[in-house]
Amino acid sequence: MSQVLHTPPPTTAPPAAEEDLAALAARHGLSVSGARPSLPEYVRQLWARRHFIGAFATAKLTAQYSQAKLGQVWQVMTPLLNAAVYFLIFGVLLGTKKGIPDYVPFLVTGVFIWTFTQSSIMAGTRAISGNLGLVRALHFPRAALPVSFCLQQLQQLLFSMAALVVILLAFGVPPAASWVLAIPALVLQFTFNAGVSMIMARLGAKLPDIAQLMPFALRTWMYVSGVMWSIDQLVGKHSDLPSWVAPVLQANPAAVYIDLMRFALIDSFHASQLPDHVWLLALGWALLAGVGGFIYFWKAEETYGRG
Amino acid sequence: MADTTSMTTNPNTHPNPHPAATTGTTGSAAGGPIPTVIADRVDIVYRVNGTGAGRGSATAALNRMLRRKQTEKASGVRKVHAVRNVSFTAYRGEAIGLIGTNGSGKSTLLKAVAGLLPVENGRIYTDGQPSLLGVNAALMNDLTGERNVYLGGLAMGMSREQIKERYQDIVDFSGINEKGDFITLPMRTYSSGMAARLRFSIAAAKDHDVLLIDEALATGDRSFQKRSEARIRELRKHAGTVFLVSHSNKSIRDTCDRVLWLERGELRMDGPTDEVLKEYETFTGGPDKPKPKPKAKPKPKPTPDSAPAQSQAPDSTSGRTTASP
Repeated sequence: MSQVLHTPPPTTAPPAAEEDLAALAARHGLSVSGARPSLPEYVRQLWARRHFIGAFATAKLTAQYSQAKLGQVWQVMTPLLNAAVYFLIFGVLLGTKKGIPDYVPFLVTGVFIWTFTQSSIMAGTRAISGNLGLVRALHFPRAALPVSFCLQQLQQLLFSMAALVVILLAFGVPPAASWVLAIPALVLQFTFNAGVSMIMARLGAKLPDIAQLMPFALRTWMYVSGVMWSIDQLVGKHSDLPSWVAPVLQANPAAVYIDLMRFALIDSFHASQLPDHVWLLALGWALLAGVGGFIYFWKAEETYGRG
Repeated sequence: MADTTSMTTNPNTHPNPHPAATTGTTGSAAGGPIPTVIADRVDIVYRVNGTGAGRGSATAALNRMLRRKQTEKASGVRKVHAVRNVSFTAYRGEAIGLIGTNGSGKSTLLKAVAGLLPVENGRIYTDGQPSLLGVNAALMNDLTGERNVYLGGLAMGMSREQIKERYQDIVDFSGINEKGDFITLPMRTYSSGMAARLRFSIAAAKDHDVLLIDEALATGDRSFQKRSEARIRELRKHAGTVFLVSHSNKSIRDTCDRVLWLERGELRMDGPTDEVLKEYETFTGGPDKPKPKPKAKPKPKPTPDSAPAQSQAPDSTSGRTTASP
């Protein structure tokens, strides 16, 4: 037995000995360390780690303001201050609000929903490259990281939404049954964000430079997504625009999720301002990004430790 | 360093063919030793960006992006060959020490065994999932010790119930609460020794099939070190196989019955603790009495034909002598 079991020394191991090791491993049912699991197995592993994903997201969220005197109050204060700045610039100074009823709720909803997508993607880009220590120390399906960061942003958004409800009521928007639609809209947006984050996480792991470019790409995306202005009105005002501009602007996923939320929450935002088949669009983007991003991320699972 | 002269060949520079016998534990010996980790000619290479020399690294970076095919050195990416062609087989019930001077590739090899670092060439086969002892990376200094216990446990793959069950043990073992209710304070308020103790306690709370320890024994004060050594022995009893990286020859001697010596990424020696440590101490300028080189000097490395033939008899006997108490 011992004859077979000995390990050949490194350098010039003959082919026979090489087979020995592989055969020995096979005979005792050893598996290759660090091999990528199959897709269903990967999903199962990820599901098994759901408590870790949740705990990690919450921990990151609370750690964020733990040194501040006001503590978790900042969870609500930060988005409110953000909204105030945008109101000052776009509402008061630039006068974008012309013709938009309930401009403050319109703007604040847009800013919050956009921030959710933006921060998720930014965090996703650095999910692997910024946590190499964790990736090189512990075992878990790596998709747990981008998903966890998106979950953290979702929790952050829920704080913002609480503030948003106060703003809505303060500006005289009545509570309505349609507010329930916010939930499916958020679920779809979360799926979309998580999918894009996973794509960016893989790209960012290979090429950390992407994290430098993302703020510019995201800012451009924000300005074309109708966060502070109404795509609907822009199209109405400039009838000389080519006919494809409006549908393209409106089909952009960020615009779809923002407008869905406005439609759900603000009574003066009518269904006519939404593009056709808006729920289908929202679902399609979510599935495309969610499933595609997950598979794309999984394909490089075993390489993330390399950095 | 007089490299070539110190590259001696010990008759035992190959894996112990009867490892199960060395430990004197576990009933695995019945059907012969059971391998738990097999490294098959493993190479590990790091690539480091931003080492472009000469024309300034900005142009080097541009060059790199534009002309993908040029040599990696010219393009400013440097390869660091951290582990070269290392093969070994570890068996159930063994405690294996990894020694070598700084930067010799010990930790890198350990990470690859754990499947956390991809290998460049070769394969590593394992039985079950080897895990590194250490959760430092998952813990957050801004959270309380209590929340870190949960976070660390979840990160290691324990369930909430398991953590709840062991929570008190973890806290007691760490001794954090001996000087007041520190576990409910953020970890950033702990002294470095306290934090290290808590980290070790969390990491050691889980049982592992194959346990990889990277210099974890050197933390905390003397009494905690004793406790953690005892815990390592306990973990070792439950674990199939233990790997220990350490610069403390004493803790290697106390815990391990077999030692792999890595130097510059190459496996220089593999054998019973006493013999390898003796060579290693000579190599590093030894603590007590540097011994003259053994006679079998001509061969710089063990070769396949020499190793099996020479070593079986002495190995099995010397292996027994180093059996742990």
